[in-house]
Amino acid sequence: MIRVTRNDFSVDDVITRMRSRSVGGIVSFIGVVRGESKGKAVEHIEIEVYEEMAVKQLEVIRREAIERFRVEEVAIVHRYGSLKASENILLVAVASAHRAEAFDACRYVVDEIKRRVPIWKKEVTPEGEWWVESEGLE
Amino acid sequence: MRIRVRYFASVKEWIGAKEETLELPEGTTVEGLRRRVLAAHRRLENLDQVLVAVNGSFADLRRVVVEGDEVALFPPVSGG
Repeated sequence: MIRVTRNDFSVDDVITRMRSRSVGGIVSFIGVVRGESKGKAVEHIEIEVYEEMAVKQLEVIRREAIERFRVEEVAIVHRYGSLKASENILLVAVASAHRAEAFDACRYVVDEIKRRVPIWKKEVTPEGEWWVESEGLE
Repeated sequence: MRIRVRYFASVKEWIGAKEETLELPEGTTVEGLRRRVLAAHRRLENLDQVLVAVNGSFADLRRVVVEGDEVALFPPVSGG
C-alpha cells in the first residue's frame, strides 16, 4: 500500500490490514517532525512533493523490498503540506513471517525514500526558513 | 518541439515559476535542456545540484527528449 497525502495516518489502521496467517511480525518506522534543528526552534515544516513521481518511486522501492527481503507486504504513507513539531511525516510498515527480514526491509525502504523519492522539507524558524539539505547515505 | 518542464522546491523558488513550456530543437538531450534552463536563470549556479527526471523517473543526461515528455528539475531530495 502506497499513499502520499496531506492527511495524518493511523498506524493501527495500516497495520491491521497487514495481518495474515503467514505473517509472524510487523516492523514499523514512524518519522515525525523534530521541534529543533541545529539549535534553532522549528515552528513548522513545509513538505513539498512531486506527487506523480513520488508515488511511482515509492511503488518501485516497495516492490524491491518485497523481492529482495522476501517479506509479505510493505506499506508506505508519506505526508506533505505544513506540519508542526511532533506530527507524523512518514510511516513504513513491513510484515513478514520472521523478524530479521522485516527489520532489514524496513530500514532499506526508509533509506531509499531519503535517497530517491522527490520530496523536500523546508524548516520554518523564528530566524528564517530554509530547505533541508539532502541527508545522503555515505 | 515544445516540452513541458516542471520545477520543484528550491529550483522552483529560484526560477519563480512552477513550470514552463520550452521550445527546443529536435534531438535535444536531457543535459542540453538542463543547460538551457540554467543559462536562462543565472541564480541556478549549482549545476550539479539540479536533478532531472523525465516522465517520473530519474533521467540519463544523454537521453533525447521528445514532444510529450514531462521533464522535471529539482534539488537533491530530503524526504522521509
